[in-house]
Amino acid sequence: MSAPVIRASQLVKRYGDLAAVDGIDFEVAPGESFGLLGPNGAGKSTTMRMVGAVSTRTGGELEILGLDPNEHGPEIRARLGVVPQQDNLDTDLRVRDNLLVYGRYFGLPRAQVAKRADELLAFAQLTEKVTAKVDDLSGGMKRRLTIARSLINDPSILLLDEPTTGLDPQARHILWDRLFQLKERGTTLVVTTHYMDEAEQLCDRLVVVDHGRIMAEGSPAALIRQHSSREVLEVRFGSQRNAEAAQKLAGIGDRLEVLPDRILIYSANGEEALVELTSRGLAPITSLVRRSSLEDVFLRLTGRSLIE
Amino acid sequence: MTTATEQAIAAAVKPRRFGAWYIAEHKLRAMRAYRWTILATGIGTPLFYVFAFGVGLAVLVGANAGPSGIDGVSYLVFVAPALMAMAAVPVALEEFMFGIFLGFKWNPIFAGMNAAPITGRQIIDGMFIFVTIRLAMTSTLYYLVLLLFGAVQLGWSVLIIPVAMLTGLAFSPIAALTASFREDRSQFAIIQRVVIMPLTLFSGTVFPLTQLPIFLQWIGWLSPLWHGSELGRELSYGPNEPIWLTVTHVTFLAAVAIAGWQACVRISVRRLDR
Amino acid sequence: MSAPMTSSTGPGIRALYAGNARSVMARGLLATRSTNWVIVLSGVFEPIFYLLALGIGLGSYIGDVTDAQGTPISYAAFIAPALLAVAAMNGAVYDSTWNVFFKMHFGKLYQGMLATSLGPLDVALGEVALALLRGAAYGTAFLLVMQVLGLNLAWTAILALPALLLIAFGFASLGMAITSYLKTFQQMDWVQFFLLPMFLFSATFFPITVYPEVVQWFIMALPLWHGVELVRGLTTGALGPEMLIHVGYYLGMVAIGLVFTTRRLRALFLD
Repeated sequence: MSAPVIRASQLVKRYGDLAAVDGIDFEVAPGESFGLLGPNGAGKSTTMRMVGAVSTRTGGELEILGLDPNEHGPEIRARLGVVPQQDNLDTDLRVRDNLLVYGRYFGLPRAQVAKRADELLAFAQLTEKVTAKVDDLSGGMKRRLTIARSLINDPSILLLDEPTTGLDPQARHILWDRLFQLKERGTTLVVTTHYMDEAEQLCDRLVVVDHGRIMAEGSPAALIRQHSSREVLEVRFGSQRNAEAAQKLAGIGDRLEVLPDRILIYSANGEEALVELTSRGLAPITSLVRRSSLEDVFLRLTGRSLIE
Repeated sequence: MTTATEQAIAAAVKPRRFGAWYIAEHKLRAMRAYRWTILATGIGTPLFYVFAFGVGLAVLVGANAGPSGIDGVSYLVFVAPALMAMAAVPVALEEFMFGIFLGFKWNPIFAGMNAAPITGRQIIDGMFIFVTIRLAMTSTLYYLVLLLFGAVQLGWSVLIIPVAMLTGLAFSPIAALTASFREDRSQFAIIQRVVIMPLTLFSGTVFPLTQLPIFLQWIGWLSPLWHGSELGRELSYGPNEPIWLTVTHVTFLAAVAIAGWQACVRISVRRLDR
Repeated sequence: MSAPMTSSTGPGIRALYAGNARSVMARGLLATRSTNWVIVLSGVFEPIFYLLALGIGLGSYIGDVTDAQGTPISYAAFIAPALLAVAAMNGAVYDSTWNVFFKMHFGKLYQGMLATSLGPLDVALGEVALALLRGAAYGTAFLLVMQVLGLNLAWTAILALPALLLIAFGFASLGMAITSYLKTFQQMDWVQFFLLPMFLFSATFFPITVYPEVVQWFIMALPLWHGVELVRGLTTGALGPEMLIHVGYYLGMVAIGLVFTTRRLRALFLD
């Protein structure tokens, strides 16, 4: 395997007493698409800013493209594309002008930037909007424009901080399609998200982060294998009776989780578990057998309680 | 060293050198949306002020103090360099307050610039380059109008243009202050009224500072506008102030401008690195 | 555009106005109390600074000026009423243009208010009333300063206060009408640009007689001149029948402003 493009070891970021990132290690290989998963406030965005060479680390080691961001911020950023959590397009400029001025930040000649801007606007399906005002774009269009902007320097690494938060399903799918194309072209992607389907769609490998630490690491499939069963049986007995019914379920599946509204039974074969369950004389109001997902892993690792 | 590393080092050569200019280029491009307002204000403001002060008020001053009542020149000639310095102030302040706060907060383009190879220092430097260019445009237009009305004579008085620009730039501490604001809680209106207004009114612009009681004169000594106006007058019709005073004006303006600029850079760099 | 709105004015007005401008005003006052007291206070000093600087500084060069009746008065007594009128104008214009523009396009405050039983006219009148209240406070403070400095030359100066409210009301309603048509910041800049010459030429710092008659007629067509003359007449005691014209001018402004504001708000929010 070739040398990693990102290497973090014991990476720490503190704000006063709070350790937003509390000693994490990971490596990203060239061409890989790597995900940082975690609930809000887990330290994903802080990690992204450090990798983006705009936030100075408090401790540990960090190397991007073989360079230390403390010394070589501009060098690293010259080869990065960044899609921040909140769009920061210039609303005083029109769509195409946003790409033109951004391309200039990388010292690219005007003619080259103009050519590249037109290609990227086509890629982002914004060709009809070139002279539109940024404020008149929909949320999905703004996001695509931000992605187009992040690609103006043909970056070797693309950082995407919650790229589809707040978008409707159509807009998300268009975006995923564009990102998948980039991945196919060999761009290294680093994505943070709290959407599990997004992580499964986009990432070859991911880490689950919580309280500034890494809880688990691996490919989506491996994580599911490791931390969950192949299938999940969801049964509902009605809000009051779930706990009571659960007592009779001992021994079915690998693991049982009782929630206020339903019971989750983790099992290699959901249908078999359901047969077993009915044979014990239990009659759930509804039952559902589904594949285990990253969401199950995520909730298992980071807990179900809300973190605000 | 891998090729990726070499690529990165090569790609940052131009941004490291010219980053601040790219920011100025960006701001100039954004300014195009406002070009007609800027042009109209740039020409209209001097015209209005010359008509008001040079023609209107001059009649009153002349009637009482004689046609060369102040400094041995007509009121229009006396007031012209000060009007030019005064015109530079709102232009500079607009960028120092709204330009800076916009970039950090309202439409956080500074974060976007910083995500590219542009450093925090270059962002602020770029903003200052942009302000300087705007001031040059405003002041040059103003000077031409004054020339047209005979308020200045072509010659050394051309140097009033850089003096007016420097006066505007000497309000840079406001930029540093703005960079430290997290939220918009009408600080700008307060700065405008509590700081800018007294510095403008008590600065010996439309009348000599010595007309004010001594307990108000110190405001003028601290005001970039007084230093700028006096310097402009010296260049325009030369009331022959002592050379040490002229040197003081230049030093004061340059020192304040640089101090505010550097403070703004420091605060902004810290703010962007969170 | 929906048919009932255009066919009759009765239900149109009721849809716009719920007779509850007071609650909008109350919200504004509350917001003022919690965040903006410094700015409110600093507004008192603004015209006083002007008076001190120009009255003392410039006054010594100018000496006496003649008022409308030809009586010589001090320069400070000449500009003080003008500053008062200008302050009333500026306050009203700020509140009805920038403030309203911001809330309309960025604050989303109006959408929130209009989702309740309030109509757009409640919102508009509430804002204007708030602006007037602030204007009255500033005006009183400034008149007191003038009294202390001996710049109120006649007892009629007390009548300057209602005059100021009328001026502020005129500018606020017209300002609001204009603002409701504007869409961008650039257009807002044009409002500022129009105010500058009016501020400089409307007999604020010198009598308009210094200009040729054509220019004088032009200035006399602008609203601020009427305000300055009205207030000056009252504080200096130089009364005359022409003051009725000034008052009439502002009543007209109020009427036109309100008609257009209502019409425009209806188009924006109801149709």
